[in-house]
Amino acid sequence: MSTIQPIAVPDEQHPDVALVQRVRAGDIAAYDTLVRKYERQIFRIAQHITQNREDAEDVMQDAFLKAYEKLDQFQGNSKFYTWLVRIAVNESLMRLRKRRTGKLVSMDEDVTTDEGSVPRDFADWAPNPEQNYTQAELADILRKTIQGLPQGFRVVFVLRDVEGLSTEETAETLGLSVPAVKSRLLRARLQLRERLTRYFGRRAPAIAQAAAAPGGDGAEA
Amino acid sequence: MTCTEFLKILDDVIDESIAVETRTEIEAHLRKCGHCEVVLNTTRKTIEIFRCHEIYEVPTEVSERLHASIMDKCKKAK
Repeated sequence: MSTIQPIAVPDEQHPDVALVQRVRAGDIAAYDTLVRKYERQIFRIAQHITQNREDAEDVMQDAFLKAYEKLDQFQGNSKFYTWLVRIAVNESLMRLRKRRTGKLVSMDEDVTTDEGSVPRDFADWAPNPEQNYTQAELADILRKTIQGLPQGFRVVFVLRDVEGLSTEETAETLGLSVPAVKSRLLRARLQLRERLTRYFGRRAPAIAQAAAAPGGDGAEA
Repeated sequence: MTCTEFLKILDDVIDESIAVETRTEIEAHLRKCGHCEVVLNTTRKTIEIFRCHEIYEVPTEVSERLHASIMDKCKKAK
């Protein structure tokens, strides 16, 4: 029987670390690589928070510029990507605040409600229900569905489930506790599921027809 | 296991961070509760659909313009 080996923690460096070091040494081409790597994600996150194309474009540019200018402050104890996301989230919230003429915008907005935390619709979905829609229709459904979530839930869902941050990274990025992230994630997932069931549930076509008919009683469902 | 108890750990079930002994209890619950089975499967599918479909498409020319603008601003910044 072999002896217990100490758990090897290989000092494996994330590829971004070397790129960040090169940028710090003045190599702008290395930053070009980092921007290309993450620009789509940063744009998506900004668009999810601001819900506005123009703002998302501005946030994306400002976030990358700010990250570049503040790269010396990047400690390296979190991933470059997580650090960048945090900048983008803050920039997005600032942008929202401007639009709402200074009204405070925070991650705690609208999260006091318990709405949607208990499943009510148990209709099963058709297999691969997304195939019943064109790409454009599906994108439209998903946009409408996620836009209906309270901001504080939406951002947690996007960072954790769409962009693949861990629960801890999401908490760190948003300045929330891990239990808060978990609770919001569960409620976000359940609310999105509930809303998508309207489109993807097996009896969805009947509801859609009732909703489309004038005076149909499916309209307020 | 009750439905409420199952719902409480739904996220852990989805994220596959469940202890082996709890897994047996979950499987037993799902065998007799069709509603929870639907909730689990459709929540998983919800995540998958959002993860796999780009809902904010950026046309290549816009993306290139933004990229060029970022790099331009960075070059001027230092």
